[in-house]
Amino acid sequence: MLFGTIDPVTLVAALIVASVPILLAATGELVVEKAGVLNLGVEGMMITGAIGGFIIAVATGSPAMGFLGGAIAGALLSLIFAFLTQFLLTNQVATGLALTLFGLGLSSLLGQGYNGIKPPATHPLPFGPLADLPVLGPILFGHDLLVYLSVALVAGTAWVMGRTRLGLIIRAVGENHDAAHSLGYKVVRVRVLCILFGGAMAGLGGAYLSLVRVPQWTDGITAGAGWIALAIVVFASWRPWRVLLGAWLFGGISVLQLNLQAAGSAIPVEYLSMSPYLVTILVLVVMSSGRGRAAVNAPASLGQGFHASQ
Amino acid sequence: MKRRHLLASAAAGLALAFAGAAQAQMDKVKACFVYVGPIGDGGWTYQHHQGALDVQKAFGDKVEIAWQESVPEGADAERVMTQMALSGCNIIFATSFGYMDAVNAVAAKFPNVKFEHATGFKREHPNVSTYNARFYEGRAVQGTIAGRMTKTNKIGYIASYPIPEVIMGINSYFLHARKVNPDVELSVVWAFTWFDPAKEADAARALIDQGVDVIASHTDSTAPLAEAAKTGGKVIGFGQASDMAEYKPTPRVSSIIDNWGPYYVKRVGALLDGTYEQADAWEGIAGGEVLIGEITEAVPPEVKAEAEAMRDAIAAGTYHPFTGPINKQDGTPWLAEGEVAPDGDLLGMDFYIEGIKGEIPR
Repeated sequence: MLFGTIDPVTLVAALIVASVPILLAATGELVVEKAGVLNLGVEGMMITGAIGGFIIAVATGSPAMGFLGGAIAGALLSLIFAFLTQFLLTNQVATGLALTLFGLGLSSLLGQGYNGIKPPATHPLPFGPLADLPVLGPILFGHDLLVYLSVALVAGTAWVMGRTRLGLIIRAVGENHDAAHSLGYKVVRVRVLCILFGGAMAGLGGAYLSLVRVPQWTDGITAGAGWIALAIVVFASWRPWRVLLGAWLFGGISVLQLNLQAAGSAIPVEYLSMSPYLVTILVLVVMSSGRGRAAVNAPASLGQGFHASQ
Repeated sequence: MKRRHLLASAAAGLALAFAGAAQAQMDKVKACFVYVGPIGDGGWTYQHHQGALDVQKAFGDKVEIAWQESVPEGADAERVMTQMALSGCNIIFATSFGYMDAVNAVAAKFPNVKFEHATGFKREHPNVSTYNARFYEGRAVQGTIAGRMTKTNKIGYIASYPIPEVIMGINSYFLHARKVNPDVELSVVWAFTWFDPAKEADAARALIDQGVDVIASHTDSTAPLAEAAKTGGKVIGFGQASDMAEYKPTPRVSSIIDNWGPYYVKRVGALLDGTYEQADAWEGIAGGEVLIGEITEAVPPEVKAEAEAMRDAIAAGTYHPFTGPINKQDGTPWLAEGEVAPDGDLLGMDFYIEGIKGEIPR
């Protein structure tokens, strides 16, 4: 009776949906950090995207416009961070934390009057008979567009970062901004664009929360998802496919522990509740104990400001 | 640093002097509220804030209200309440169970400020009062509806933390569901949070995946109802703390509404006219603190009538939801035939009643 009567198929289907917001936000943050910028404002950008997307979706009646609006709202907020850290050279850690606090407050303000409203429904993509396949149907063909888009974005990010000239430039800027600058790359411009990408991805993740996952607006809806996204980037040692793995692992264990409880498992609830965090810590320890810092793979210029005069 | 210290103690001294002089009657009261979540949660904190607004409405200029949202339970709560006491609050309402020790610690330092702690039981100082509502009465009504409405004979409960308040609700809900439907089984999911919409939605989904078709929640947001709504009427639930009328007529088929306004108005009024005394208030449906939200047309008329009869019997005092014979989970007797649960047993409740599966986390 260890696992009760849990159906693994519904479980996998549920975990894929549950991990979309952190997957999107973490993929965005990965690109930001690869460019050498540490933006701790993921939570703030996510929640701004959540309310931005919600407002747009309610106003236009279209979930697609809502997702777009969420991405734009997240990117707009990240623009503040980009301006402060890249042009005024403020401390990235402090600015990122401030961005989170600002985003939480701003979303609460914008959200006045949106409590209790239902957003337009987002439907699963029509795969026709494919969706009725046993096992594969619910897992692969039962989701909405954003689920597939999020995986596609991970694949796209992996390809760009690993196989293209653009990815090389971003990585060069993140590893050694002085060298990149001396080669003639516009360090600040690259970083600003990466920050905007990160903001848009976080905003998209937030919009998925308020439009699909929960679907409604309540203050503080992200409830710490942004911090988990940040942890997953480190967990994944800055590799896109590992971000996917980390998000699914974390989302999977979170969903699994609730399912175990609902199924009346014999494992005490305390262990189940702490398991997602425990596994995250465990993997972090295992990964960083391997081959020293190289295994951890952190961009060498992470968190350092850059100015051409330096 | 020194100067600030001096100012703080001067302010405290002034507050002391004023409060001392005005013990009999006060011209103006500043009432402050500490909230565990955001006002926009649509549930628990929202209802407390409605109560605060009622106070403002009732007394107008004679009352100034102030509040702080999303105050974590623990050291932060102590800081917030200290700050409130220093800034001239005469009465502070701390609206979550987890503020208990912080309330008593701060109350010791400000003997002339009144502290009111919701759902707690510690009154270590003469200026600390506690107040609560008999939510388990509402759970009895919900349990009746759940037992009658479930088709799978599986009902669910999304629980927050293993405290007496929550366990009481689970027991009452299950007891009354079993009473009308002997085949009913209860699944409890502990979310270990008061407010995390995504997690609450996941918990609801986990229950639904397990075949549960009636969900009661003891967390603060409307997310479980939103999740139930996705099933297109197959799964029903209840509004928690607030009416959550936007999910009418289904999945929200009824609700428990916390109505704090009357109590807040009474306490602040007592402070104004000098009749304030330490109290341990615990009102229920009869006192108007627990309201049962409209039972919608998704519920058949005979079930609705049965649930309303239960509500009215509780209000009239002719029925107590915990009336024996009731055994504890391990089969040992708790209440004998016809015996009514003493309040002390309820307030310290740390056991499931017979028939509930699983263990309470410690």
